[in-house]
Amino acid sequence: MGGFDFSNHTRNAALMASGMPAPKATSTGTTIVGCLFDGGVVIAADTRATSGSVVADKNCEKLHYISPHIWCAGAGTAADTEFTTAIISSNLELHALSTGRKPRVVTCMTMLKQHLFKYQGHIGAYLVVAGCDPTGSHLYTVHAHGSTDRLPYVTMGSGSLAAMSVFETQWKKGIDRDGAVKLCSDAILAGIFNDLGSGSNVDVCVITPEKATLMRNYLTPNVRAPKELKYKFEKGTTAVLQEKLISKDELRRYITVTEVDAEGETTLTTDVMQVDA
Amino acid sequence: MASSYLLPHAQHAPHAHPTASSQPRQHHWSPYTENGGVILGIAGKDYVIIAGDTRSSEGYNINTRTARKIFQLGSGIILGVVGMSADGEELARKVARKIDDYKRNHDKHITVSAAAVMLSRTLYQKRFFPYYCQPLLGGLDENGVGAIYTYDYVGSFEREQSRAFGSAAALITPFLDNQINLKNQFVPGSNGEEPRTPGDMPRDLVEKIVKDAFSSAVERQIEVGDGLQMVTVTRAPPRAEEEEATVEDDDEWTGSTISETLSPLKQD
Repeated sequence: MGGFDFSNHTRNAALMASGMPAPKATSTGTTIVGCLFDGGVVIAADTRATSGSVVADKNCEKLHYISPHIWCAGAGTAADTEFTTAIISSNLELHALSTGRKPRVVTCMTMLKQHLFKYQGHIGAYLVVAGCDPTGSHLYTVHAHGSTDRLPYVTMGSGSLAAMSVFETQWKKGIDRDGAVKLCSDAILAGIFNDLGSGSNVDVCVITPEKATLMRNYLTPNVRAPKELKYKFEKGTTAVLQEKLISKDELRRYITVTEVDAEGETTLTTDVMQVDA
Repeated sequence: MASSYLLPHAQHAPHAHPTASSQPRQHHWSPYTENGGVILGIAGKDYVIIAGDTRSSEGYNINTRTARKIFQLGSGIILGVVGMSADGEELARKVARKIDDYKRNHDKHITVSAAAVMLSRTLYQKRFFPYYCQPLLGGLDENGVGAIYTYDYVGSFEREQSRAFGSAAALITPFLDNQINLKNQFVPGSNGEEPRTPGDMPRDLVEKIVKDAFSSAVERQIEVGDGLQMVTVTRAPPRAEEEEATVEDDDEWTGSTISETLSPLKQD
């Protein structure tokens, strides 16, 4: 049986009532965008993951694979975006196998929204879904509560306003592939530099009916600054309280060797491990 | 029945305005904001450095990339403040004014130790509506030795060798313990018998440590970035006797020289 395990819910509610705060989930306080162009669709994302005001991951991947021609950008709770896209990717593959057809972007979007609506916003996944299928190129946003939008250009995450300002000033009808890639990466840069929840690098994925091209770290505008000093400690800086040498022969006494034959039958050849000698 | 569509409370008082309740309503007022950033002070044998980043933010927004957190208060005294920038600036203005008053009333420059007590009083005066900031006071003491005074926001204070305040204090403090105070380190070859003692570190080396502390903090704290403001107080070169007699602005001569540098930090 699938589904979530709620067995700790009552205990955790009591713990929280007595003043213990809930642990903080890693959030991708993010900038993600998407833009349709003549002959395909582009999505892009920054690479910062945060835990409160601390940077948890400086180069995380927010562009998730769904199917060969459908990719998804995720904002919100990192675990939720990862698992939601993974489960829908899996179900969409089964769906494609049973129908014998290539999966459609609307199908993917519908599965995502039905999954998210079922959990009433408790699954904190905010997604940009993009892809190409026999009916054309498509771009959607899916909110954690289950609402969706279909638009020629979209932004999501904490940097969505910064990114949308770029789209609203630069986007033109009939934009080409290179123009869309430039526009999307510029929108992400606006998020990286103006939104504290976004930062580090730009990832871009271009999807056409032929193939999807993931350009990991398409731009790296935030390379670590070189240090002024070297921080190497001289040998002996840390006091050695006790020293004990163990020779290679002696080492046998500290480990357990287990022989595994072809049939997988195990035979113990030495004594059990000794913790201290 | 049409009223069955109404919510229970609306049924009981269908004409009442939703906010016009007989229950007492609590008005709350939150005059404080947190503007992020970090400051760092290090006292040396004959110098004091206070450094801070120049980003001022609110939530996920950057208010400015060029906010200075270190202020020159006059009489060779400097003050760094983090927390709520409005309160920090107000505190700096108030203390600068008091330092000026002191000079006019007593015809001499205030000492750092006296200024330190004065700042403490200034903070405690607002015990029940405190300044929402953590101040670091710096200057050279009566012997020309670097002094850093650190405070909590209601005026408890202490003289220290080095200190970091602000949103990356937890990141910088262990680095300072290790590189400035040489904690848990031994002289190589002493077999763990002789601990390394923090001696007089040259100013240029300490300035490099400060820059590295900030370039590291920027990597992991989203509220820190944009620029580094570094203010240094050093001893002024001694004057020749005839110069001392003829100099016009003798009142202005404090015995210390203050220099300020600005350098870039990452902006993401």
